[in-house]
Amino acid sequence: MQFDKELDARGLNCPLPIIKTKKALNDLTSGQVLRVTSTDSGSIKDMEAFAKQTGNALLGSSQEGGDYVFFLKKK
Amino acid sequence: MEQPKKMAIIATKGTLDWAYPPLILSSTAAALGYEVQVFCTFYGLALLRKDLSGIKISPLANPAMPMPVPMPVLVQALPGMEAMATMMMKNKMKAKGVASLEELRSLCLEADVKFIACQMTVDLFDFKPGEFIEGIEFGGATTFLDFAGSADITLYI
Repeated sequence: MQFDKELDARGLNCPLPIIKTKKALNDLTSGQVLRVTSTDSGSIKDMEAFAKQTGNALLGSSQEGGDYVFFLKKK
Repeated sequence: MEQPKKMAIIATKGTLDWAYPPLILSSTAAALGYEVQVFCTFYGLALLRKDLSGIKISPLANPAMPMPVPMPVLVQALPGMEAMATMMMKNKMKAKGVASLEELRSLCLEADVKFIACQMTVDLFDFKPGEFIEGIEFGGATTFLDFAGSADITLYI
């Protein structure tokens, strides 16, 4: 999937991946896509909840090795 | 523009385990667009002191705390055990990528979480304003209720 910015949140635990995601989205303009990599298994649920509450669309999520990968489209 | 949701928290505890929930919830809520106020009273004032190193954890009276080896209560009460438990917990947190209290508090302040120090308990413990971080307010129950009265979430921690 195409993306405009990448955030490496590996090794971080709750709530840091979400807070860093929010900060990274601040640097994007509407419609741009952020790719987030995380190792926190809690971030699967949390990223869905973040998308739902902030209106930034979660375009996709997958597991690559031990990493969780998310694509978020800025509102 | 749509009004932001609001979360009001009363933080009353000053041990390591109790210090995390208010700061985690506040920083996260702020990231989600909430307006957040944290009213710190009694031992919760520890969250607002410049130096957070006084925030510790004790194995005493905490039977659920996982210990590397079984430890009788009388041993847990020995001098130095609290410092050791705190050091072990902090090391474990670092290894697991858990943010430090300092980091979470900075994230809160950066995201405009408003901290209010309870004036009555500040006076009670003879704390000086200079012992606290800058940018906080001092107030009482009425100040808290003014915000909490219209909050979507109110927590007592």
